[in-house]
Amino acid sequence: MHSFTIERAPSVEKAIGASGKFIAGGTTLVDLMKLGVEEPPALVDITRLPLADVETMPNGGLRIGAMVRNSALAQHSLVIERYPVLSQAILAGASPQLRNMATTGGNLLQRTRCPYFRDPGYENCNKRSPGTGCAAIDGHHRMMAVLGTSEHCIATHPSDMCVAMMALEASILIEGPKGKRTVAIGDFYKLPGTTPHLENALETGELITHVEIPEPARGSGQVYLKLRDRASYEFALASAAVVAQVEAGRVRSVKIALGGVGTRPWRSHEAEAALTGKAASPAYFKAAAEAALKDAKPHEGNAFKVELSRRCLARALKMATA
Amino acid sequence: MAVNETTERHLADLGQGTEKNVGDSIGGRLSRRSFLSGLGVTSLVAGASPLALAELPAPIDAAASLAEDSAGATVTLLVNGKKYDLGALEARVTLLDALRERLHLTGTKKGCDHGQCGACTVHVNGQRVNSCLTLAVMVAGDEITTIEGIGEPGNLHAMQAAFVEHDGYQCGYCTSGQIMSAVALLKEPVGKTDEDVRHAMAGNICRCGAYPNIVAAVQQVRGITA
Repeated sequence: MHSFTIERAPSVEKAIGASGKFIAGGTTLVDLMKLGVEEPPALVDITRLPLADVETMPNGGLRIGAMVRNSALAQHSLVIERYPVLSQAILAGASPQLRNMATTGGNLLQRTRCPYFRDPGYENCNKRSPGTGCAAIDGHHRMMAVLGTSEHCIATHPSDMCVAMMALEASILIEGPKGKRTVAIGDFYKLPGTTPHLENALETGELITHVEIPEPARGSGQVYLKLRDRASYEFALASAAVVAQVEAGRVRSVKIALGGVGTRPWRSHEAEAALTGKAASPAYFKAAAEAALKDAKPHEGNAFKVELSRRCLARALKMATA
Repeated sequence: MAVNETTERHLADLGQGTEKNVGDSIGGRLSRRSFLSGLGVTSLVAGASPLALAELPAPIDAAASLAEDSAGATVTLLVNGKKYDLGALEARVTLLDALRERLHLTGTKKGCDHGQCGACTVHVNGQRVNSCLTLAVMVAGDEITTIEGIGEPGNLHAMQAAFVEHDGYQCGYCTSGQIMSAVALLKEPVGKTDEDVRHAMAGNICRCGAYPNIVAAVQQVRGITA
C-alpha cells in the first residue's frame, strides 16, 4: 500500500473542512488502496462522527445516519418491520464481518467489482484512468452490465443495499462547503456515458450525513430477490427489489429496481408503468419484466443476464404480491 | 487458538535447540510455524544450502520494520484487555499487520489480505471484522479481541473445545478466524438451522473443506443438536 496521512474528524464541520478522502468502514477503499487502484495522499476518518443513529421522522419515514453499519441497519427492528426489502438486501450482500464494518453512507459509494477496473495491470480503464479505453468490452463479460452501458464502460454497480434504497425512493442528505442539500437517490448516480470516472452527484468536500426513506405504502409487499453463482457471499448476477401495493387483485402502486445488471442501481419506471393498475398476474409480471429489459445491450459473455434478470423480476413480483 | 499457543512455546524452545523439545513437537502438536523454524535451526546446524533459508518467510524483525515510521502518529491499541503502546505507526499499517508483526500475536492469520477469506477475523468492540481491511490507527481506543484473548491451554473457550472435539479443521490455517467468527455468532440473531449457521459463517473460507464439522461444533456450543 502507498504511504498516506490520516486524521480523525471530530465533527461534521471539521470533516468537511479537512482536505482528504473520507474513510469509514474501509471495506472498499482499503481493498482498492491495496490493489493500487486508489492512492489518496490523505484520509479523513469519519467513523467517530455522531451519525450512527436510526430515527423515525414526524412524517413517518426513517432517517438513517451515514455511519450506521450495514449489520445494525439490517437488524434494526423498524427496518425489519417496515422496510423488509432493505433488511433482506443488506443481508444478501457480503459477509457478516464486512457488514459489521461497512456503513450506510459508504455502501452508497461502493465501487464496481469489474476485474479490469480492479487490476492496474490493465492499462485500459476509463473509470480508473479517463481516456484510456475499456478492457472489459473486449474481455470477459460474465459479470458486466447490460443496462446503462456506454462504449466507454460496461462495469456493473455491485451494491445490494442501493437497489433496495432505489425501490424505497431514498433521499441522500449531503453537507459540504456550500451548505446542506438533499438529492433523491434516483438523481444521485450518473450513467457512465463518456465520463465513467464520474459516478455520482457528490462534489468536492461534500459528505453524506444521512439517508432518509419515506414511509412505505400501507400494506405493501416487499421482496429482495438475488440470484448468484453461490448461495452466499457472492455478488449478484441479477437481483430485484420490489415494493408493491395490491388492492382487490390489482396493483395499485409498485416500485421496481434491479441489481447486478446495471451500471448504476437500476430503477425501472418502464416496468412500474407496465404493471400499475393491472391485475397481479403472471402475464403482467412478464410484461413488466420485458419492459424493464427492453433497452438491454448485452455482450457475448453476458447475454444470459437479460433473460435471468427478467425471470428474477417476474419471480420477485409474484413473491411481493402473493 | 490453544494449539498455536502451545506451539508458539515450542517455537521458543526450539530456538534453544534441546532434543527433548523437538521430540515433543513432532510427537505432539506441530504447527507450520514451529516446523519451518525447526527446519531453519536444523539447516543451520547441518550447514544445508543457503537457498533453503532464503525460501523461509521473512523473520519477524525484518517484517516489523515495514510498520515503523518516524513520521507516523503515536498509537495505543487495547488488545485482549492489555494496552499496547505502538509508538509511531504508519497510517497504512492494517490491524492485522500490527497484531502479527508488532505485537507478535500471530494467532490471527493473513489469508487473502482483501477481506474475502476471513482468516484475519478479530472482534472490535465485540463485533467480528476483517482485520486485514481495518487500519490500525482507526481502531485506537477500541476493544480488540483476538484468538489469544478468548481462551488458553487448560482453559479453552467452549468454541475452541468444540472445534477440537468435532475435528473442525484439517490444516488449521483458517481455524482461528473460524473460531472468532463462531464466537461472535453466538451473540448475533442467527436462526437455529445448520443452513442458518452456514450463512452466518459464509465469511470464513476453509479450503480443506471442514465445513460439516465446523457447523457441528458451532451447533454444539449453541446447544442445538442435529
